[in-house]
Amino acid sequence: MQENTGPGRGHILARAFAASLPVLLGYLTIGIAFGLLLVDRGFAWWLAPLMSVIVYAGAAQFMAIGLLAAGTGIVEIAILTLVINARHMVYGLSLLDRFQSSGKRKPYLVYALTDETYGILTTVQPPQGSTDGERQEFYTAVSALDQAYWVAGSAAGALAGGLLTFDTRGLDFALTSLFVVLLVEQVRAVKRLEPYLVALLSAGAALLLAGPANLLIIAISLAIGGLLLLRRRLA
Amino acid sequence: MSLSYVLLAMLAMGAVTLLCRAAPFLFFRKRQPPPVLDYLQRYIPPVIMALLVINSLKGIRFDSAAHGIPELAAVAATALLHLWKRNVLLSIGGGTALYMVLIRVLA
Repeated sequence: MQENTGPGRGHILARAFAASLPVLLGYLTIGIAFGLLLVDRGFAWWLAPLMSVIVYAGAAQFMAIGLLAAGTGIVEIAILTLVINARHMVYGLSLLDRFQSSGKRKPYLVYALTDETYGILTTVQPPQGSTDGERQEFYTAVSALDQAYWVAGSAAGALAGGLLTFDTRGLDFALTSLFVVLLVEQVRAVKRLEPYLVALLSAGAALLLAGPANLLIIAISLAIGGLLLLRRRLA
Repeated sequence: MSLSYVLLAMLAMGAVTLLCRAAPFLFFRKRQPPPVLDYLQRYIPPVIMALLVINSLKGIRFDSAAHGIPELAAVAATALLHLWKRNVLLSIGGGTALYMVLIRVLA
């Protein structure tokens, strides 16, 4: 059955590129910083892009630099990675429907699910009138572009980070801005006060309970509990 | 540190990360997701986005020279620009540029 009523491949890719541009800024800068730090600790340059392919999780990769340099045990490194990345289990929960028909692309979409990619995929809509296949293509293109920026940034930082003369301090704020923009879009789409109150209270409680280091995973767990309590009110 | 140690550690990190990302998909591969997930799917994204904003601001030091003004001003600028023009690049470019200026001027 050959029916193509959607906006077409070029349009899908162009929209995916536009959606990924904020991540380009953030991932290149932070990727460069990561590559620079890794080489600075005496590691071979190619380990930086390799790690960005094998692990592809920013916070865990930064954490690993010091741990690897100190020769920390592999089990310990794995446990710390679990603590940092456990939040991703929750991300998938809200993508079960969206990735339902992604077929062969699904393993890649799941593997490449960073905070930023999750934010874009759950907030930015594929072009109007996209077919199901085109929606999946949009998700895949955004994910792959984001990862390309991260791998390129880490390689560039490891190879040539020392040559940078432009003072990039603060450029990584682009990722904070991205989350702010995605939050504004969520507020437009979900016009209820409760979820944001739940987030705020959970973050406050997590800060009091565990301090800033593990804020995200604890706050997310508390917030899910909060959402479950509010089910009757919100559903 | 030997190369094999570094590679093994990276593989372990990669496996754990992939497992975290894949867990819900693996869990609900054969099972029908319970109705409560329909509800949660709707409200998890706004909650996560709010928490990611809070999380990236948790390092603010109000007792520093800049008193946290660059972060708060840049977040406000990003949000206002976005409410006004709804142009992602303008919002993020504007907010980031303001932040970069403020951390240099107020430091």
